[in-house]
Amino acid sequence: MKGCDRDWLKRRLMGGALFMLIAFAVLGARLFYLQVIQGEDFRRLSKNNCIRLKSVEASRGLIYDRNGVLLVDNRPSFDLSIVPKDAVPVDQTLEILSDFTQIPVVEMKARIDASKGLSKYTPILLEKGITRDQLAVVEAHSFDLPGVLVSVEPRRNYIFNKSSAHLLGYLGQINCDELETGKYPGVRGGDSIGRSGAEKVFEDHLRGQRGGRQVEVDASGRLVRVINTVDSVPGKNIFLTIDNKLQQIAENMLQDKAGAVVAMDPSNGDILVMASSPSFDQNDFIGGISSKKWKKLLADPDRPMSNKCIQGEYPPASTYKILTAIAGLEEGVVDLNTRHYCSGQYKFGNRIYRCWKRWGHGELDLLGAIEKSCDIYFYKVGEALGVDTLAQYANGCGLGKVTGIELEHERPGLIPTSVWKKRRYGVAWQPGETLSIAIGQGFDLVTPLQMAVFTAAIGNGGTLYRPRILKAIKTTDNEIIEIKKPEITGGLPAGKKTLDIVRKGLLDVVQGDRGTARGIRIKGVEIAGKTGTAQVFSLKKKDRDNDGQLDYRLRDHAWFVCYAPAENPMIALSILIEHGEHGSSTAAPVAGAIVRAYLEEKGIIETTKQAGEEDHV
Amino acid sequence: MFDRRLVECFDWGLLILTLLVSAVGLIVLYSAVTAGGVGETHVLFKKQVVWMGAGFAIMFASLLVHYKYLDKASVAIYCVCVLLLVMVLFFGKNVGGSRRWLALGPFTMQPSELMKVSLIIMISSVYSGIVTEQGLGFRDLVKPLFVLSLPFLLIVKQPDLGTALLLLFLVACLTLFVRVQKRVFLTCALLGAAAVPLVWFVLKDYQKARILTFLNPDRDPLGAGYHIIQSKIAIGSGMIFGKGFLHGTQNALAFLPEQHTDFILSVLAEEWGLAGCLFLLFLYFFLLLWGLNISYSCRNTFGSILAFGVTIMIFWQIFINVGMVMGLMPVVGVPLPLISYGGSSVITNMAGIGILMNISMRRFAST
Repeated sequence: MKGCDRDWLKRRLMGGALFMLIAFAVLGARLFYLQVIQGEDFRRLSKNNCIRLKSVEASRGLIYDRNGVLLVDNRPSFDLSIVPKDAVPVDQTLEILSDFTQIPVVEMKARIDASKGLSKYTPILLEKGITRDQLAVVEAHSFDLPGVLVSVEPRRNYIFNKSSAHLLGYLGQINCDELETGKYPGVRGGDSIGRSGAEKVFEDHLRGQRGGRQVEVDASGRLVRVINTVDSVPGKNIFLTIDNKLQQIAENMLQDKAGAVVAMDPSNGDILVMASSPSFDQNDFIGGISSKKWKKLLADPDRPMSNKCIQGEYPPASTYKILTAIAGLEEGVVDLNTRHYCSGQYKFGNRIYRCWKRWGHGELDLLGAIEKSCDIYFYKVGEALGVDTLAQYANGCGLGKVTGIELEHERPGLIPTSVWKKRRYGVAWQPGETLSIAIGQGFDLVTPLQMAVFTAAIGNGGTLYRPRILKAIKTTDNEIIEIKKPEITGGLPAGKKTLDIVRKGLLDVVQGDRGTARGIRIKGVEIAGKTGTAQVFSLKKKDRDNDGQLDYRLRDHAWFVCYAPAENPMIALSILIEHGEHGSSTAAPVAGAIVRAYLEEKGIIETTKQAGEEDHV
Repeated sequence: MFDRRLVECFDWGLLILTLLVSAVGLIVLYSAVTAGGVGETHVLFKKQVVWMGAGFAIMFASLLVHYKYLDKASVAIYCVCVLLLVMVLFFGKNVGGSRRWLALGPFTMQPSELMKVSLIIMISSVYSGIVTEQGLGFRDLVKPLFVLSLPFLLIVKQPDLGTALLLLFLVACLTLFVRVQKRVFLTCALLGAAAVPLVWFVLKDYQKARILTFLNPDRDPLGAGYHIIQSKIAIGSGMIFGKGFLHGTQNALAFLPEQHTDFILSVLAEEWGLAGCLFLLFLYFFLLLWGLNISYSCRNTFGSILAFGVTIMIFWQIFINVGMVMGLMPVVGVPLPLISYGGSSVITNMAGIGILMNISMRRFAST
């Protein structure tokens, strides 16, 4: 290979050298400018490290109910911090500060020691949420307190204390692992993020973007001027589907009880009420919950931290008879004219299966059996269907699987099949067990939410909606970002004829002369529903005390599901009261109150003069 | 066969320059990591010493092989580097929103760094075959453009705009060096100018914002803008003779971001002042002239172009990095050769200097 022409190469390289020389001259000139001409100024600035970054918190989005009632907002909280480098001498400053605020020096020192390794210019938090009095005194003596800062931070505030706690959720400080996932852009250590409920699920919408300021400060850390500001972007506001008025009614009625209330709009899946009792105080979680409180919450046998609407799995009891009826009608094992005799007991194999009505219902047709909730009738329907057919229908009705609501940790419940039992217990399915399943006892488990969705589908003519708690997202300027469209997840495995029969039966439960829930009738509107009493486990005589009273923990769970108005439902409800004994006596009245309030709100029925006044038809 | 003349012709001058720059680098890095108050203080320093050692070892080992083999192996080296870049996109370690690092056991490496040298070898190999006195025509540019576009796009995807643009500069400089026909040059210039608004039209808003911030750091006063201000304060406050070794306050307080990597010059400027900075710039300038001289004294076209390419690579890194910390240039992740902390960067630059030595000591050898 021949080298290229020497002169040519020399010219090219000279060009290159000249170019580099010019470039270096530029760099040198710039250095001279910065270090010599402006050197003095920069030296002065570096003395106190005058240019600092101050972060500006973004306020978290607000949460409203469907009618625009504010449920969660932010309140200003005044935090006391200190910049060690400016607060010279630190010990003396702390002494003075302690005199003014009564915060023990030891506590403050501990905070400073805990942040060793940070730059001496980083403000260290001494006390969160100081009182107005402390604030006033610190502000007044700011000249005696160099390096002491008071910053205003927005803090989450749950307006209706303890209300909707499971649904709204709470905040907690982000941990290192979460920070490293990169899922939380702009979030720094010490920031709070949604830990459960809507606060967690809609975190990305609610969280704003932190802003900041470049500021120049003097030698004791006081602000001289703001050089540059990046405004924080507030989070977006969220409108839930909840109707706070109904929610309050539900929660009031659940007081001193453990249980769950779910109300849903049958025409679109909007969750109108989601109450779980007992509840907890979300405000306790702000800034970290004390371990004592946390332990107490976890140790409570009534499980205040669990959202029973989506996590409570209970035997559906007699409410399941709706499903057994649907399956029986569709499969042709029963029709409108099928009659069975109930003597109060039914011998199957070598066992006796009882009806809840000890002396029996006599002869019944299907509508009568639903209205009076006869167990024997449905034993026979279940027996004819078999467990696996029942399970097929149950799955088609959305039972035994999650509904797909936005909230986390939803439980699927359980619909047993013969295959499942073989796998789980290694023994074959007993035909007798099918009888228990047919009336919703035994292995069957459902959540109150599943029952609400199922009941709503019966009321609306067979459409299963995905339940939802988010109605809309708006910016702080009230610009709508997103309005959720109803989502249909399927249809009930039942024809119109079947549904008409079932709906008639459910109507009789409330409106019929012998209906098990006839006590909750409301003037001017027809309600259709079903009661249920779920056995906690089979009782023995000795569990009752002298008065014939049963120990609370052994009492049955009470169910009530309903929709109203019966012809064109606007609300569907599912209510479970743990150890409430009878659906008709404890669960149904809650439904009555909510239906009444909602339909009054909608103008379907006239407003009653006094709350609590009974209307008897 | 081992030629005695190789030893006689060994380029001591280049070695001494390299050692001097490395020594400056280690002194400054020591300051940068010691005062930072971070728990990883000496670990980084020790690591860098190891990297430097490895870099010199690679440099000397490479001298045993005649550089003409680089011409033959250019495609293979290039393909390996492209493959590594593809791997980064799939298995790379995500740091601060970009995937640039590949984990190889205990080490992490940045394939985009290695690509710099690899691309220079590849382009030199292409041009050495087609260089003419009249300059290159349009058709001659198709191949280099293709060679550039692959790594360019892969690195933009990481995203690492700084390194991608550096590659573009390198290829442009090499192309200008071997000369193009006047009409080709004018057409390219016009096309380039026309492409700018077109590209702008295609970009998404956040990408536009990123580029605007890149051109004007003040748009991002909490990020790049703040870094530049702090960096300028550090540099300026060094004044003529600096605050003295380990006496830099800006750096001591961890006020500077990336003070041991991209912004390391501000530590040097603060502690050693204008005197220290100019000393380093003179060393660099000598090193670059040395490289150009090696290019001139080489009797082989491929060697000449390659030596020029390595020199221009070192030059651009210096110019962009120094310009950046002084607020003359956009904030991009281009390290300062042999000064910034970083294994891949050290190895890349040492390999480049090894190539220069290789060409230098074989300047009389028959090919």
